[in-house]
Amino acid sequence: MLLAGQVLEVLLGGLLSGVLYSLVALGFVLIFKASGVFNFAQGAMVLLAGLALVRCLDFLTHHEFPAWAAVLLALAFAAAIMALTAYLVERFVLGPLVNQDGLTLFMATIGATFVLEGASQMIFGSDVYPLRLFPTDAWIIGDNVFPGGILINKLDVWGGLIAGVLVAGLAIFFQNTKTGRALRAVADDHAAAQSVGIPISWIWFVVWLVAGLVALVAATVWGTKLGVQFSITFLALKALPVLIIGGFTSVPGAIVGGLMVGAGEKLAEIYLGPHIGGGIEYWFAYVLALLVLLIRPQGLFGERIIERI
Amino acid sequence: MLYREAGQFKSSYAADMAIFPIRQDRIALLLLLAFAYIGVPLLAEFNLWPFRSDYLLRAILIPFLILALGSIGLNILMGYCGQISLGTGAFMAIGAYSAYKFTTGVHLPLAWIGEEISIPALSVLPSILLGGLMAALVGILFGIPSLRIKGLYLAVATLAAQFFFDWVFIRVKWFTNYTPSGSVAAPELKILGLTFSTPTERYLLCLAFVTVFALMTKNLVRGNLGRQWMAIRDMDIAAELMGIRPLYAKLSAFAISSFVVGVAGALWAFVYLGAWEPLAFNIDRSFQLLFMVIIGGLGSILGSFLGAAFILILPIALDQVPHALGIPVTVETVSLLVLIITGALICCLLIVEPLGFARLWSIAKEKLRLWPYPY
Amino acid sequence: MKADVELRPGRAGRNAVAPGEVLLSLEHVSLSFGGVKALRDVSFDIRKGEIRAIIGPNGAGKTSMLNVINGFYHPQEGVITFKGKRRHDMRPHLAASQGIARTFQNVALFKGMSTLDNIMTGRTLKMRRGILAHMLHWGPAQREEIRHREAVEHIIDFLEIAHIRKVPVGKLPYGLQKRVELGRALAMEPELLLLDEPMAGMNLEEKQDMSRFILTVKDTFDTTIALIEHDMGVVMDLSDRVVVLDYGRKIADGSPAAVQNDQAVIEAYLGVAH
Repeated sequence: MLLAGQVLEVLLGGLLSGVLYSLVALGFVLIFKASGVFNFAQGAMVLLAGLALVRCLDFLTHHEFPAWAAVLLALAFAAAIMALTAYLVERFVLGPLVNQDGLTLFMATIGATFVLEGASQMIFGSDVYPLRLFPTDAWIIGDNVFPGGILINKLDVWGGLIAGVLVAGLAIFFQNTKTGRALRAVADDHAAAQSVGIPISWIWFVVWLVAGLVALVAATVWGTKLGVQFSITFLALKALPVLIIGGFTSVPGAIVGGLMVGAGEKLAEIYLGPHIGGGIEYWFAYVLALLVLLIRPQGLFGERIIERI
Repeated sequence: MLYREAGQFKSSYAADMAIFPIRQDRIALLLLLAFAYIGVPLLAEFNLWPFRSDYLLRAILIPFLILALGSIGLNILMGYCGQISLGTGAFMAIGAYSAYKFTTGVHLPLAWIGEEISIPALSVLPSILLGGLMAALVGILFGIPSLRIKGLYLAVATLAAQFFFDWVFIRVKWFTNYTPSGSVAAPELKILGLTFSTPTERYLLCLAFVTVFALMTKNLVRGNLGRQWMAIRDMDIAAELMGIRPLYAKLSAFAISSFVVGVAGALWAFVYLGAWEPLAFNIDRSFQLLFMVIIGGLGSILGSFLGAAFILILPIALDQVPHALGIPVTVETVSLLVLIITGALICCLLIVEPLGFARLWSIAKEKLRLWPYPY
Repeated sequence: MKADVELRPGRAGRNAVAPGEVLLSLEHVSLSFGGVKALRDVSFDIRKGEIRAIIGPNGAGKTSMLNVINGFYHPQEGVITFKGKRRHDMRPHLAASQGIARTFQNVALFKGMSTLDNIMTGRTLKMRRGILAHMLHWGPAQREEIRHREAVEHIIDFLEIAHIRKVPVGKLPYGLQKRVELGRALAMEPELLLLDEPMAGMNLEEKQDMSRFILTVKDTFDTTIALIEHDMGVVMDLSDRVVVLDYGRKIADGSPAAVQNDQAVIEAYLGVAH
């Protein structure tokens, strides 16, 4: 029973951390689904949102605001910053490049990443800023079944709940609202969407704003877990295997992908790692994604690419 | 006036197919090569401006040449054959570490077969080339997925290569000959009886490699194989229906690209760094080469040079500007500023000319042909 | 335009088909995608040296037909016989090396390359020199390149596109692009040339030029042609025999005059009065 308990603990921990990856991946899916652009800057957006949030929070608590007010105001401030970013990105990066191909837009988002990373650190500072929005201790459950019980991190659970709410909300948004439909049209074909009167500038602003808010949510969870610092931007890279497995355009796929990556990583590290030198987490997710692609070139949930001539 | 082609008639296909069909271009190239091979060493020898110290040689020209070589390699894969690669750093690492192992003798005990492979230490030049060959073999391996996986998805496969090899060269101590610190040092550069130790000599060595490789790559790219690559890039279905085999074209692109990148990696380690650790070839390096190729111009050998120059010089230039203007800034602020400006410039360039500097260069040449007339 | 010996090596030989005999035959070919039946039990043949038109209303399955012949789609049922040999699964590469070339409805040129380079890609199958030779260029690789360049220049002359040979094809007007595409297919020296709506989007003059080219290709280059076309005038003038498809089925097959007066064909195009 000890072994089963151990496996279960690792598995649960992995699944939950996978959900946290999904939070970041969701931002990518949103933008890709709605504009066909792979937004490399999503990681930088998480950083920017986190920095804005934590610095404002620190500032307000320093000036003796009551905790609940400080949190709300800081969230509002960070959201405003993300809105501004969305506007600037749409105006100066995406707008001028509206009819270029995917690779060019992807490169432009990399350029935007640099700008966001540099600017956010210049304005808000480049230290490590701890964030305390969620409890970070752990529950121990089931200690009557498994010796020692199973350790579950409360933060991870919060992350899971939040991700669930987000996913449900986004799914409804895309399927059932007029804006959601317009977003899907834009993703399919920019020029065609423009020609039927869909205001692309506004749509893209909305998309990036929503992605920015998703980044803010991700920042609250990840910032609590790791502290708000530059290395958060590397989450963007970790989200890639999640997107591959889940497909670039599927919101539930991002969750499933995240679960698979999170669980896979942790299990591989504990059970496979010691045999080949440890530190497998570094690359395991990518190799897993590669293997999935070899079987299904469009990911598990992605749309099948049909080529016609 | 200067750049007219009037009177330059081509009377054979060979003349029409030349790399530099316009006589002025040929003259310019000869002058450039003369300056590079003769002028620079002379200036450096007598410490004349701008070679008063060996900073320019050591810190700018040598890395420029090697990274330009790497960009040429990546350009083959991305620019000519249209396959995205985000793992260039890993292939440089493979080239560097393989070359290192070849210079120190390869001893591979394969207990599970009951055999062991033992290769004596080789000299520098064969080791570098063999390092490239090893990179090519791995390149072919990671190129196989490209037959099924396309576009951005393939980028992830190359990322897998990047992170996997990052890990391999740290964890598998065999590659670093079990040094305690994990970093290794290059051997003395003895090639064909000559020793390359001073910056000028190292510069000439790199220059020789780059000239030879650039020429061979240009030849490949303007011939049948280059056309096959571009056909696959532009419309792989139509290419297949014309008899071009996607397998051969893609794998050859991966192989040759990785070979060149591997050689560049070996040169980077042996000639520029001298002593290195796996971090030298991490994902930042991959992105650096990616930008060089995109900004320089996909599908252009000249573009690889231009992009390398730009990406290399930009941070150095930006570093100097605050000093020159007398503004006191911290090192940290400067590096953040460099980040912001690099990003902004990338966006600007992509907006203005998605085809990079190479395209801007051809447009400039077009205008030069008309000069001093407006049209 | 005189026939150039340089361009026609070894047409006789193994599997050579005499003029008038069946070059390609399709028997009971059926093709479906998921639930959509693109072709249902289609059988017809193409004889060597003729111009065979494939016509039918939109969505009849004409392009799918060409894709099957090319090996791009694999029919669920039916047999294709080319030059006397049955094909189970024609792969595109195999079709090309056997002597089948084609043009596409939406011009499928390599937009990043010039006219000359595009047509030179058609010579790929005939180029033998390997990577090493190409890296050195001067020597065998250059000689081979020049030889093929000469062959391609003949095609460029014939199609009257010499003035645009160095222009990137993305910049060319639509009519010229179609001509370049034809040149690229001709560079393969095919035995069977499949043309998918070569006259689409052309004005009268361009159609006349294209018709002239097609006829010359048949006569002087000794190439069998299968042609999808909507313009009835062109079909009547150019083709030797016509096959008509509608909703994936063959509804008529014969000479242009016979097909033109066939009741089923008229109904398919004009609809039936209720």
